[in-house]
Amino acid sequence: MPRVALFVTCLVDMFRPSVGFATIKLLEEAGCTVEVPEAQTCCGQPAWNSGDRATAAKIAQDVIRAFEGYDYVVAPSGSCTGTIVKDYPQMVEEAWVPRAEALAAKTHEITSFLTDVLGITSVAADVPRLATYHDSCSGLRTLRVKEQPRALLASAGITVREMEEAEVCCGFGGTFCVKYPDISTSMVGDKVRNATETGAEMLLAGDLGCLMNMAGKASREGRGIEVRHVVEVLAGMTDTPAIGEGK
Amino acid sequence: MSLDNPTTPQFKANARQALANENLQSALRGARNGFVNGRAAARAKLGPDEFDALRDAGRDLKNHVLANLGDYLEAYEAKVTASGGHVHWAETAEDARAIVLDICEQAGAKTVNKGKTMISEECGINDHLAAHGIKPVETDLGEYIIQLRGEHPSHIIAPAVHVTVPEVRDAFMEAHPHLDAERDLSGLDTLLAEARGELRAKYFEAEVGITGANMLIAETGQSIIVTNEGNGDLSQSLPKVHIVMASIEKIVPTMEDAGTVLRILARSATGQDMSVYTTLSAGPRRAEDPDGPEEYHVVLLDNGRSNMLGTEFQDMLRCIRCGACINHCPVYQTVGGHAYGWVYPGPMGSVLTPSLIGVEEGGQLPNASTFCGRCEDVCPMRIPLPKMMRHWREREFEKKLTPGATRWGLGVWAWFARRPALYRLGTRMGMAALRVMGRGRGKLASVPLAGGWTGSRDMPAPQGDTFMAQYKRAQR
Ligand code: SF4
Repeated sequence: MPRVALFVTCLVDMFRPSVGFATIKLLEEAGCTVEVPEAQTCCGQPAWNSGDRATAAKIAQDVIRAFEGYDYVVAPSGSCTGTIVKDYPQMVEEAWVPRAEALAAKTHEITSFLTDVLGITSVAADVPRLATYHDSCSGLRTLRVKEQPRALLASAGITVREMEEAEVCCGFGGTFCVKYPDISTSMVGDKVRNATETGAEMLLAGDLGCLMNMAGKASREGRGIEVRHVVEVLAGMTDTPAIGEGK
Repeated sequence: MSLDNPTTPQFKANARQALANENLQSALRGARNGFVNGRAAARAKLGPDEFDALRDAGRDLKNHVLANLGDYLEAYEAKVTASGGHVHWAETAEDARAIVLDICEQAGAKTVNKGKTMISEECGINDHLAAHGIKPVETDLGEYIIQLRGEHPSHIIAPAVHVTVPEVRDAFMEAHPHLDAERDLSGLDTLLAEARGELRAKYFEAEVGITGANMLIAETGQSIIVTNEGNGDLSQSLPKVHIVMASIEKIVPTMEDAGTVLRILARSATGQDMSVYTTLSAGPRRAEDPDGPEEYHVVLLDNGRSNMLGTEFQDMLRCIRCGACINHCPVYQTVGGHAYGWVYPGPMGSVLTPSLIGVEEGGQLPNASTFCGRCEDVCPMRIPLPKMMRHWREREFEKKLTPGATRWGLGVWAWFARRPALYRLGTRMGMAALRVMGRGRGKLASVPLAGGWTGSRDMPAPQGDTFMAQYKRAQR
């Protein structure tokens, strides 16, 4: 049984623990032993993308130390996974590069880990509903996650009705959304309009940052679309209120 | 915006204005998917593998050129000189302005025809000529439109993409009072025909023609321009003096290499297999030529580019100005090109502008990106645009140009992020506070210090205790 370390990501840790538990459930159902390294906080992307190389390197090295002892590292996020996979080897100090590369090679986003690494083609959940799927940027373009979540969703009985511009950024962009709120707002406005125009009941994606952005906009505009992380649906955990909804 | 006074530092204010400008928003919506779908279709038609192989070839070719730039430029100069032309080296935009003005004055020019050239934009040639009593006439339809409107291009290949058809009609009605006031100007074709008719006469008036160059060929001394209207041909072959304005990185070694770039250029730009006209020029008219200029000048502009060689920004010099990154950029699609405040918009502008006008002036642009990566995905020269924008942020951080509040916030956050136990405590307390504020509604309509977020969208409230705390409890 592969020993998998869950990198839960800072946003899931703080805002939506159910995504972490859904990820664990999916991994365990797929026959993995899951552990959650205590020393994790954040992948360091905020420092890296703000130009603070020194801090980013230190955080990356902390993450490498905490996670390199496992067979695999899995995260419910294309963005954080992308940082570890693509950026860490450039981010760390010279002497750390081999360790960064080794970690990068065994780190995966959850849906692609299930399909591409474990060869899973279906999940146990049965959620016969109509959804639309937003392709988050890092997952799509850094990790080429596109068909994997859709295949698993289909196995769970979900019909995905594609929206216009599903591959266009939702305007979250980490600190971008607060540094350039006007542009970000316009982008996420387009996104939730495209999503609702499909008539889907649910808007799904694989990154909590994008999801909070889209849910926040949909809620402000009273769009009435249920916004969830894809793993919640795949794990059959849709009884929790959707993102931005009360009990 | 004037080219000497970029409004780039006011990018945020520019963007707000752009978002509030209904005509602009309607033009941007109308143009949003044309080039995107065109490129996708061209890639599919050629075959994605061949398309991507061409991108690899383009990247390798340009890397080779940049490693041997001086040699190729010298070879090119020798060829142009041998054919009777003149090569002028312009280190700065100011130098280029002086050179061009001098040539025009020597030729006794009153009118100068312009083919589309971004280098002339970069140097502010039009204003400079006009200030010295020489009338520049833009012959590209888009350029002609914005010249009538007193504007600068908002896009490097579609300069008037920010203008709606009714606005073009208004500009033509005002500029062409001698034509029938009742004429039909409702479609692009009628507008194009009218512009053609107006410009045709001007072609014969001009003493000098100025064009840009998509490429310069070292082996042959030729310059290449691609257009869809054929205006370049007339601008360069009718007047008695032809000036080519090009930046130094436009050089390629051979005609075959130029072919490689041409195969990927229009496909990436507009989705055409090739632009309608591909025009070569190589020097003044020879005795046996039926037509052509008496004088042939090439102004080679550096303007900060050679400083990029050997730095983390060198790859940007591979750019062939196809505009694909701009067409696919969601930020550009939202605010249009003028918000960028200088000559080059979109992702390529966000990397190039700080290089050319300084990061102090241009530093907003590389920050105004979500790093969505669509630009790099479509760039025919495989330029890692997000990575280079990040390099600008690094330079800003080093120079302490990053805003103080951001630096402070990052510092505090990083201090906690490196101390997991304290981080746990801090996140638990923070989330508990947000939960209290959310009062079980699952969302917050406003959060102190987070107005950038909650001004326009709700903030989803934390579900409960943090994951790490819940997980730990469940483990016991
Ligand atoms: S950066 Fe790439 S995509 Fe953008 S204009 Fe230059 S060559 Fe085209």
